[in-house]
Amino acid sequence: MARLTAENLQRARQLIGLYPQSRSALIPMLHIAQEQDGWLTPDGMAHVAELLDIDPAEVYGTASFYDMFFTHPVGRYLVSVCTNLACLINGADELLEHAEARLGVAPGGTTADGEFTLEEVECIAFCGAAPCLAVNWRFFGNIGNDDFDRLVEDLVAGRLADDVPPHGTLNRVGRRVGLTAGAASSPPATHEDDATPEQARPS
Amino acid sequence: MITDAAPIVTARIGSPQSWTLRSYLDQGGYDGLRKALTMDPGEVSEEVLTANLLGRGGAGFEAGKKWGMLRKADPVYLVINGDESEPCTFKDHMLMEEDPHQIIEGTLICAYAVGASQAFIYVRGEFALGLERMTAALNEAYAFGAVGRNILGSGFSIDVVVHPGAGAYICGEETALIESLEGKRGYPRDKPPWFPAAMGLYKAPTIVNNVETVSNLPWIVTNGGAAFAGLGVGRSAGTRLFSVSGHVKRPANYEVEMAKVTFRDLMYDPKLGGGIREDRELKAFVPGGVSAPWFGPDQLDMGLDQDAVGKAGSMLGSGSVVAMDDQTCMVRAAWRITRFFHRESCGQCTPCREGGGWLDKVMRRIELGQGRESDLDLLLDVCDNIAPGLGWPPQKTTICVLGPSIPSSIVSGIKMFRDEFLVHIKEGACPFGR
Repeated sequence: MARLTAENLQRARQLIGLYPQSRSALIPMLHIAQEQDGWLTPDGMAHVAELLDIDPAEVYGTASFYDMFFTHPVGRYLVSVCTNLACLINGADELLEHAEARLGVAPGGTTADGEFTLEEVECIAFCGAAPCLAVNWRFFGNIGNDDFDRLVEDLVAGRLADDVPPHGTLNRVGRRVGLTAGAASSPPATHEDDATPEQARPS
Repeated sequence: MITDAAPIVTARIGSPQSWTLRSYLDQGGYDGLRKALTMDPGEVSEEVLTANLLGRGGAGFEAGKKWGMLRKADPVYLVINGDESEPCTFKDHMLMEEDPHQIIEGTLICAYAVGASQAFIYVRGEFALGLERMTAALNEAYAFGAVGRNILGSGFSIDVVVHPGAGAYICGEETALIESLEGKRGYPRDKPPWFPAAMGLYKAPTIVNNVETVSNLPWIVTNGGAAFAGLGVGRSAGTRLFSVSGHVKRPANYEVEMAKVTFRDLMYDPKLGGGIREDRELKAFVPGGVSAPWFGPDQLDMGLDQDAVGKAGSMLGSGSVVAMDDQTCMVRAAWRITRFFHRESCGQCTPCREGGGWLDKVMRRIELGQGRESDLDLLLDVCDNIAPGLGWPPQKTTICVLGPSIPSSIVSGIKMFRDEFLVHIKEGACPFGR
């Protein structure tokens, strides 16, 4: 709960090095802080403020504008049910009611065991599979009530651990190039990656 | 009917591991960039002007003209808008997940043409897989030598950053996106003076282009602007990706030739939307994102032509078409759209912040059976305060166009389905059972 770990501090400094002006790294750094603790702790935000040499109120003020950032604890799984137009007319309100009953919480609430936070969200751009939802921003479409129950069971049993990392983990692919940790003012270098076409391999 | 125009931006989608460099190279990937780098940057811009490539984000401004408005200064920045948030639009989401290299190649072609010193691809924060695929593709592209120093041996160098958003509809607006990229709250900037091409990221001249827009660039460079302009009709050139959802049998993204293909084709052609589910009647449809006024079945035969749709009082906007069948409660549909704008208002301008809240409340009470007879006039009056005259395109009382978009669904709803609103009020309940 807390300040960034040594490893995350290194990642944060690398992010700062990618931008012409350090403050541009604020939102990516907040994602790292949220990945570490599952939410944005006061200490985590204060640490980010220190690293960017800005007031903690600037960090909080920015974080509080964005729906993905939580300044209070949330469950291990954030279940985001879309109820915007395409989902609405495909049964999203009914799905949300079912989700409330199944999890025993209203939107915004977290289950007593701290596993699930339910929220109602605006369009998440998965309308070809309405009604849809996301769990920790991994998308699931064409969700009926039975599908929802199965999804919850699979999450509880850990069967989706590879697909759905804990809340806060957004991008599991790290940038590998142009990282100059600690050198916020210098432009990113591309150093050893002058690979020839023959060396390229799909990941 | 569907024309025989081959897909441009979705040509590789569906092929195995379409998001990898290997797959991309096997299908002609980075050939457009290679060719562009042998041309003069001005020649590349010229091809894009010739192509008549309209921006695919929502405003539909000519990409080539936008580039030409850039203030001459150093540095110049390029920002790619992947913050797709207009409700019922899900095409950029797919492009970022399924063909990230095409976006990177398009970004590099644009950067070369406009002389950008750094490029940022702003990906909507919720798109976790999109962020992972874009980042992995960027790593591959650097290793391949297509990004970074001395790109493909040409002497041209540029760094690209994949930047995550964090959940805010307004950040799809280009000046709000720039604020967000600077690490701030996503507040739109006043234009003038903040036209990005003059004063954008860090006050430097900046080009902001949408993900689908730049995805067209490799094809345009490879095949020539004239070939692109030869598709579609007039200003509505090329193909375009439409997100078709709602009550169609086959909701999905479809890339079709502009202007020649109609709304009816999009929703009814067996290879496209496939018709309305359970063969019900179409009641109304959203022609271009929920900011756009609705169309009725009488507009089905209109071509997907930006200017024609504009003249008819709506817009192709973000390219999302939502079919609503005869069982749809239009009050609830309009309320849901209104609630969305109220929630997503950034709060800077009073007409949007306060007006959106009032409209949300009044729409809610009508849908819940607590409406008053005077509510329809009240709704239109508040709408008129946000967008005076209620015409199209709307008059602005606010910094950005989010505010003036709020009245669209309410005004459409009252105009097209007044009786349905009145039944809600008179019966004190929603006739559709909710």
